[in-house]
Amino acid sequence: MKYLTEYRNPELAEQFFEEIKRITTRPWTLMEICGGQTHSLVKNGLLEMLPDFITMVHGPGCPVCVTSISVIDEAIWLAEQPNVILCSFGDMLRVPGSKKSLLEAKAEGADIRILYSPLEAVQLAAENPEKQVVFFAVGFETTAPANALSVVHAHKQGLNNYSILASHVLVPPAMEAILGDEENRIDGFLAAGHVCAIMGLEEYFPVAEKYHCPIVVTGFEPVDLLQGILMTVKQLEAGIYKVENQYTRAVQREGNKLAKDTIDEVFVTGDRIWRGIGRIPQSGYEVNEAYRNFNARVKFNITIEPAEENKECISGDIMKGLKKPFQCPNFGTKCKPEHPLGAPMVSSEGACAAYYHYAGSKMLQD
Amino acid sequence: MCLAIPGKIISITDQLDETFRKGKVSFSGITREVNLCMVPDAQPGDYVLVHVGVAISKVDEEEAQKVFSYLEMMGEVEELKTPEPIQ
Repeated sequence: MKYLTEYRNPELAEQFFEEIKRITTRPWTLMEICGGQTHSLVKNGLLEMLPDFITMVHGPGCPVCVTSISVIDEAIWLAEQPNVILCSFGDMLRVPGSKKSLLEAKAEGADIRILYSPLEAVQLAAENPEKQVVFFAVGFETTAPANALSVVHAHKQGLNNYSILASHVLVPPAMEAILGDEENRIDGFLAAGHVCAIMGLEEYFPVAEKYHCPIVVTGFEPVDLLQGILMTVKQLEAGIYKVENQYTRAVQREGNKLAKDTIDEVFVTGDRIWRGIGRIPQSGYEVNEAYRNFNARVKFNITIEPAEENKECISGDIMKGLKKPFQCPNFGTKCKPEHPLGAPMVSSEGACAAYYHYAGSKMLQD
Repeated sequence: MCLAIPGKIISITDQLDETFRKGKVSFSGITREVNLCMVPDAQPGDYVLVHVGVAISKVDEEEAQKVFSYLEMMGEVEELKTPEPIQ
């Protein structure tokens, strides 16, 4: 238990571990949605300290991992157009497209910039009126308000050289896709804290009700995760399925209304293809008609042939919780963070990269 | 990627209209410009959770400091240290 001393509150963590052990009478499989939570569970060694009855599987909550190969190809195509500056969060650059990654396109001369915020891309557009600036707008509900805001600001400033390539994904439809899969074995969910800080709790009630599945909105620190697991197991052991909020420090039931209004101003909900999982109905945001001039797909009339996923990558089974990274024959051999076959090995929030790095550090300690 | 990092509002630097506000936010010494549109009642001295340059909610000081030290330990605050927009 040497890791425990590093936690914010080791005594509390110990209590949660004990309580989880005490109340668990049979096997339960829980999925944490958020890649930040996966990273925290793995890096802090929580998985090994949980009782054997509790299996944690790692959900699709890493935007880097679920952005489809065709969208990566779209971003690369845009970056290679003359006079275009493509801006992106840094995590997206190493994700393999069908032929290459954005990083390789950059090395070949495409003007690709890594930015911390989409608002910096608007500034870049204002400073470079002779260039077309495109922001690669990936992310879950947490990131959607900032990306939407960038469009509102560009519109307010009268910029006609700014657009976004929207590839937003939404948590509740993904949960439903996982729960509705005939192979599903998830008994309860830890929902993503910062997603709910924006969206609130309401949209999770029908999911819990329909699938008889407890959902606990959970933070990302070890004690949060342990408490979230405890709350979920308590419900499962009692045979109930409610939406509960562990992360009351940051999440209000109604979410952030201004942020939701900004999303509604700019985006419309539509189907989205998730890497490794496939098409999920109504699971993403696209720029709406009113702001079509800021939609890079419309502006550049992108027509990219849909590309096939790398068949050697089993990321779909991993993100649906059907397999663990260690069960992939290519894990750590043909597929490593330096040369990933699929996206979950790219981001530190991807389950495969988290397992890869964690196993590495453990081997060093041994 | 959905992590939000807590920081303290140092000053309001720009206010174009009722909703459009920007401010300087300090993340344990690293200062960044942050959009404050979505936290209309936040004032200098308040702590906010910031995600990709936009403050998404207010938090109290004790929580902010604890979260920040945790994120620092986890190596999650590196994104703040990247230079201001390239070129």
